[in-house]
Amino acid sequence: MVKTVPLDYYLWLAAALFTIGVLGVLYRRNAIIIFMCIELMLNAVNLLLVAFSTYLNDASGQVFVFFIMAVAAAEVAVGLAILVMMYRNTKSVDINILNRLKW
Amino acid sequence: MTLNAFYFLSFLAIMSAIMVVLSKNPVYSVLYLIITFFCIAGHYTLMNAQFLAIVHIIVYAGAIMVLFLYVIMLLNLNKESEPHKSNVLKFAATICAGLIMLVLIGSLKGTENMLQQQPAAADIGLVKTLGKVMFTEFLLPFEITSVLLLAAMVGAVMLGKPESR
Repeated sequence: MVKTVPLDYYLWLAAALFTIGVLGVLYRRNAIIIFMCIELMLNAVNLLLVAFSTYLNDASGQVFVFFIMAVAAAEVAVGLAILVMMYRNTKSVDINILNRLKW
Repeated sequence: MTLNAFYFLSFLAIMSAIMVVLSKNPVYSVLYLIITFFCIAGHYTLMNAQFLAIVHIIVYAGAIMVLFLYVIMLLNLNKESEPHKSNVLKFAATICAGLIMLVLIGSLKGTENMLQQQPAAADIGLVKTLGKVMFTEFLLPFEITSVLLLAAMVGAVMLGKPESR
């Protein structure tokens, strides 16, 4: 299978997806949406790792992506448990309520 | 043909990623994020990384997004009256993200000639190759991952338990 997509196209795509993730973290106040945008950033990096691994003929990159997926699954499980905890205590998922460490 | 598929998948991925950020309803955000994940899985297939494409769909669209949807339904967040930042803060956030994009473009521009633009071998993403690498070179990290998942499971159960004193 002959591929014609140059590697730098994947660079631009991953950069765009990562920027959208950063924008979401800065733009929203809902903690769940912020969490999803962090997932988006992780996926941008994963895409870039797979692209480099394929084009440079090194399988370690794809194994690394596999480990990142496992870490992301663990992170989501613990993070959503923390979110449910936070909702139980404050009845909201607004991150502006979580400012008690400031005082 | 491949290039057209790449353009289509990229356009869809970026559009639905923007909709994740901009849609008012959290449930719609999750659904748009699922579209983005399927597009990224399509990109993996395009790069002939079939194993990762399947694992990506199973783990992200199958497990993580279901968890997100479940939490949103559990917390009853499907109303549109959720808090929003003021317009000044939104403007500042957009400016900051634009600056990050600018930095990324500036640092990546001009690297086209340094990169190898054609893939070397087609069988790098197959299960056979990856399995060989994973179970010889990366055996210890693979085992440690199981400890990490166990720890995450115990932590989630501990956090999710109602407090009883």
